[in-house]
Amino acid sequence: MQPVNEMKLEFLSKSSNEAFARVVAAAFVSQLDPTIEELADVRTAVSEAVTNAIIHGYENRIGIITMVCRQYDKSVEIEISDEGAGIEDIEQAMQPLYTSKPEMERSGMGFTVMESFMDMVRVRSKPGEGTTVTLYKTFSSAGK
Amino acid sequence: MEIKFSNRGSTLIAAFSGELDHHFAEYARNKIERELIKATTRDVVFDLTGLSFMDSSGIGVLVGRYVNIRKLGGRAAIICRNTRIKKILEISGVLKLMSVHDELDHALRALSTA
Ligand SMILES: Nc1ncnc2c1ncn2[C@@H]1O[C@H](COP(=O)(O)OP(=O)(O)O)[C@@H](O)[C@H]1O
Ligand SMILES: [Mg+2]
Repeated sequence: MQPVNEMKLEFLSKSSNEAFARVVAAAFVSQLDPTIEELADVRTAVSEAVTNAIIHGYENRIGIITMVCRQYDKSVEIEISDEGAGIEDIEQAMQPLYTSKPEMERSGMGFTVMESFMDMVRVRSKPGEGTTVTLYKTFSSAGK
Repeated sequence: MEIKFSNRGSTLIAAFSGELDHHFAEYARNKIERELIKATTRDVVFDLTGLSFMDSSGIGVLVGRYVNIRKLGGRAAIICRNTRIKKILEISGVLKLMSVHDELDHALRALSTA
């Protein structure tokens, strides 16, 4: 299926860009006329994925994070990628409460939050090459 | 993101405002820790009503502080009316550690009877 609309953003893995990425994703998604609740779902999930790229992907080195947003008829697909450490065991990483950085006060709930606020979350990763997280959501009021 | 502190007897009230994410997590942690080590503080109320955004980085901040409050013999409660933030507290198991209330009075009462 061809997207109706698409955008791509690249930014440095600085923690101040967490808020920036949330705002950009929300602005793009606003074109589908989402509810305030749905918009907040997207902001939260994007924040989790971008934070993971910064903390776990680049481990606080500076690298480039790419965010691609695609709009279909009533749904969006948001792809957040880093070229950082990658994930050895994706299934384990997605378990609630699993974190590889407990000493940094990580809660291990990032993937669980993404999954509970979006319709679907897909993770592709290769150790040493990087990670791509894709968030999917269909909007109730879109296209009305 | 900002945290304002006030006291009710030996209870510290930490009122958050703005957006609590990973970017502000360390700032929040340090600011609260400085208050926790004061001899006047025993129990803590985390007032999240002023937060317009929080993700799982906020959970790390709250649970980390909770552990330290318990070590010092205190208890903690949360005030939160935002349904999304409440859902994050719920799925991450924070409700098993701290009770969540709509009003300060209810939170203070829960601490005094706990
Ligand atoms: N972009 C990423 N690059 C490398 N590892 C990641 C990435 N995203 C997540 N992970 C791994 O998955 C684990 C779980 O992530 P998450 O559920 O967000 O919890 P937390 O961020 O609190 O550790 C992380 O601790 C990390 O080991
Ligand atoms: Mg995370």
